[in-house]
Amino acid sequence: MEFKSILFYIFSTVTVLASLRVITARNPVHAALFLVLAFFNVSGLWMLLQAEFLSLVLIMVYVGAVMVLFLFVVMMLDINIERVRQGFWKNLPIGALVGALLIAEMAAVLSSRYFGLTNLPAQNMPANYSNTKELARVLYTDYAYPFEIASVILLVAIIVAVMLTLRRRKDNKAMQASDQIAVKAKDRMRLVKMAPEIDLPAAKQGEKA
Amino acid sequence: MISLSHYLILAAILFAIGVVGIFLNRKNLIVLLMAIELMLLAVNLNFVAFSHYLNDLSGQLFVFFILVVAAAESGIGLAILVVLFRNLSSIDVEDLDSLKG
Repeated sequence: MEFKSILFYIFSTVTVLASLRVITARNPVHAALFLVLAFFNVSGLWMLLQAEFLSLVLIMVYVGAVMVLFLFVVMMLDINIERVRQGFWKNLPIGALVGALLIAEMAAVLSSRYFGLTNLPAQNMPANYSNTKELARVLYTDYAYPFEIASVILLVAIIVAVMLTLRRRKDNKAMQASDQIAVKAKDRMRLVKMAPEIDLPAAKQGEKA
Repeated sequence: MISLSHYLILAAILFAIGVVGIFLNRKNLIVLLMAIELMLLAVNLNFVAFSHYLNDLSGQLFVFFILVVAAAESGIGLAILVVLFRNLSSIDVEDLDSLKG
């Protein structure tokens, strides 16, 4: 067996086992870590498919950013695992049925001789071919407009995530600059006119007179 | 020799695991989001495999844009999850019935 085939089978076996553990793990932290394992193995598969740039981006963006976000959220929430697991096995029969049906249908279509997918030759690029360079060439010419839209989508996602989770604390002592500038002198001090309450001693008044 | 259908069947298995995960984890919104990530990963694997075997870079660019949208989706989804937990103290899908849907 060729070395690349052995690598494919190793990567795909670990991917499938890790993703099975993702959906069955009791602890959400374990599920997130198994998802990281699955991402690493799929990244290896993409490396086999000579998509180097995307395989590195998958590790950096997914493992480095998205999964860390998942772990942060899991650790911020106080989840009652016993309650979360209720009814877990009740849904298994129909879920397994749907999953098995999906796999069987796809396998029947994809592995049949009539589809002809097995006849496609693998593309082997020359050694000086740079996947990153070619991707960049296409991305900044033909796909420049979708690229800009993608950046706007990310900006919107940032603003939405901040605004959703922003919370004003009641004991917040931060100063409001606009309120400070708009203040008038009469807001600061109030002058009250009132009658004197203490009578001056009568004797001294007599001496003066 | 590994052919295109090997990759496609692997992606189908991953996608089916994601679907089963949505069936199983009705009570846990976090694992539900992870199952969605698995399904997106399977779709991306399909794109990259087709891109390699058809020698067309457009598939890889599609994966690029899917990664952007998936990152935005999981960020907003987790933000909604945090707000939800702050208000309801629960991440059970069955508790999300305030719209009476």
